[in-house]
Amino acid sequence: MTGFSLSRRFVRVWQRNLLVYRKTWKISFVPPLLEPLFYLAAFGVGLGGLVGALSYGGTSTAYTAYIAPALIAINIMQSAFFENTYASFVRMFYQKTFDAMLATPLTIEEVITGEILWGATKSVIGTALMMVVISLFGLLHYPHALLLLPAAFLGGLAFGCAGMICTAIVPTIETFNLPLFLFITPMFLFSGTFFPIGNLPGWAQFVAGILPLTHLVELCRSLALGRFSSATLVAVAYLVIWSAVLFPLALAGMRRRLVR
Amino acid sequence: MPAIIEVDNLRKSYGSAIAVDGISFAVQAGECFGLLGPNGAGKTTTIRMVYGFTPRESGRLRLFDRDCDDAWRALKSRIGVCQQENNLDPDLTVRENLEIFAAYFDLPPDVVRERVAFLLHFTALEGRELSNVRDLSGGLMRRLVLARALINEPQLLILDEPTTGLDPQSRHQLWSRLEELKQRGLTTLLTTHYMDEAQRLCDRLVIMDQGKILVEGAPLYLIRQHVGNSVIEVVAPCSDLRRMLRDKEILHEDLGQRLVIYSSDGEALYRELLGEHCREGCMLRPATLEDVFLRLTGRELRE
Repeated sequence: MTGFSLSRRFVRVWQRNLLVYRKTWKISFVPPLLEPLFYLAAFGVGLGGLVGALSYGGTSTAYTAYIAPALIAINIMQSAFFENTYASFVRMFYQKTFDAMLATPLTIEEVITGEILWGATKSVIGTALMMVVISLFGLLHYPHALLLLPAAFLGGLAFGCAGMICTAIVPTIETFNLPLFLFITPMFLFSGTFFPIGNLPGWAQFVAGILPLTHLVELCRSLALGRFSSATLVAVAYLVIWSAVLFPLALAGMRRRLVR
Repeated sequence: MPAIIEVDNLRKSYGSAIAVDGISFAVQAGECFGLLGPNGAGKTTTIRMVYGFTPRESGRLRLFDRDCDDAWRALKSRIGVCQQENNLDPDLTVRENLEIFAAYFDLPPDVVRERVAFLLHFTALEGRELSNVRDLSGGLMRRLVLARALINEPQLLILDEPTTGLDPQSRHQLWSRLEELKQRGLTTLLTTHYMDEAQRLCDRLVIMDQGKILVEGAPLYLIRQHVGNSVIEVVAPCSDLRRMLRDKEILHEDLGQRLVIYSSDGEALYRELLGEHCREGCMLRPATLEDVFLRLTGRELRE
């Protein structure tokens, strides 16, 4: 009665989250619209005046154009990670939403898959909104930049799976501070987001190369600027493999936590 | 006619703690079957195994005359569950709670519309369908939990302490709904701490303790069998009354400040007591399921 089972019914869980999201979309839409404005103003205009242009892929690139895709990548990471940590934890632990679902024909695998896909969906929604704002600054290179949307889904999947693994482990909601400060914040700063990884010492470059955000930033930057290289393919492969490994771990972890 | 639920030697332990220790019972179609027992007796674990939330450790479980390991999704779609907590979706309205649950069962839209309308009426939630679940009182929430459990038109309803924490009005309202469902032939499996609830709703029940079934039978049968027709309670009894009960070997419990006397011919004994042993503080009342429960599971606190 309780072996691994995953059917397309996970869509129902996804739909539930969409229904709730639609009630608060006016509020949910604000951060992805304002965030790029703030960052582009502070880092791009303020700091960019000092930095000038950077070399990316052998071409001189304005600092604002350099960081704009990184802002999208950071948002992709945070949307999915927060959704599948704090929000999923609230549904699991405080609202007992998963318990109620498990009294229906839904399986634990379907519930968790629906949750992770919803996290990735939020990454896509955020990306679409940010693209609107960033396009107004003329910083996206179309039509290649449209590929940012599927990239957002892939990135959201990667970070949603990571978040869900945390949710399967943490004893209390406060414990999420640990992965946040040990995993998310360092990546936010050192993944080639605001300055090239090449400026780091050798060992730090190596560490950055292991982290998923580095590859997501690389992917977003090459799509936004329309400059593809072998690094783009490596980034896609990295994120696909990362998700393929972490997804079953997330399912197994949540099964261990919820099925008693 | 085959049983709706057939449980044979069901067992579950958590580490070294045995929650359910080899229990067997069967629930027939149209029956309301109760699981009673003190906290930690294994009631919730048992019903969780029945509806597939908790994996069985060992033992056999048949639902609707089918082994529950094959076609479990089809079996689960024929069961409605009211879990112990009010785990309604607080992000949604009353109506949305029902609709979303219907979606989990993959019900077609026209069926959902019809079902939701019927259930809002059945549980007297009409006019509240746009209310936020967070704004509902405990009684309204419980009614919505029941409505939600009925969304798939189940052939088996499982209720885990359905009226815990409700005021008397809400309890009676819920009971009358459950009685109506029973009249329509719905099979029900129920756990409860309230003996009056079990006595009123259950055709048959088991009393469990420490993972084992102590007794099984119809409420009245259990009362006659284990307590008798009536009970006499004596407050602040004198010592010659105690001696008399011992001499005549009359079944009783001595709680210090209170004697509980079980007797099949309570009235004669009551008159005798009034005349000879106590002028006041002596009360004759019909025996209840609570007497059976306390006799079998003892009076010590469990947690």
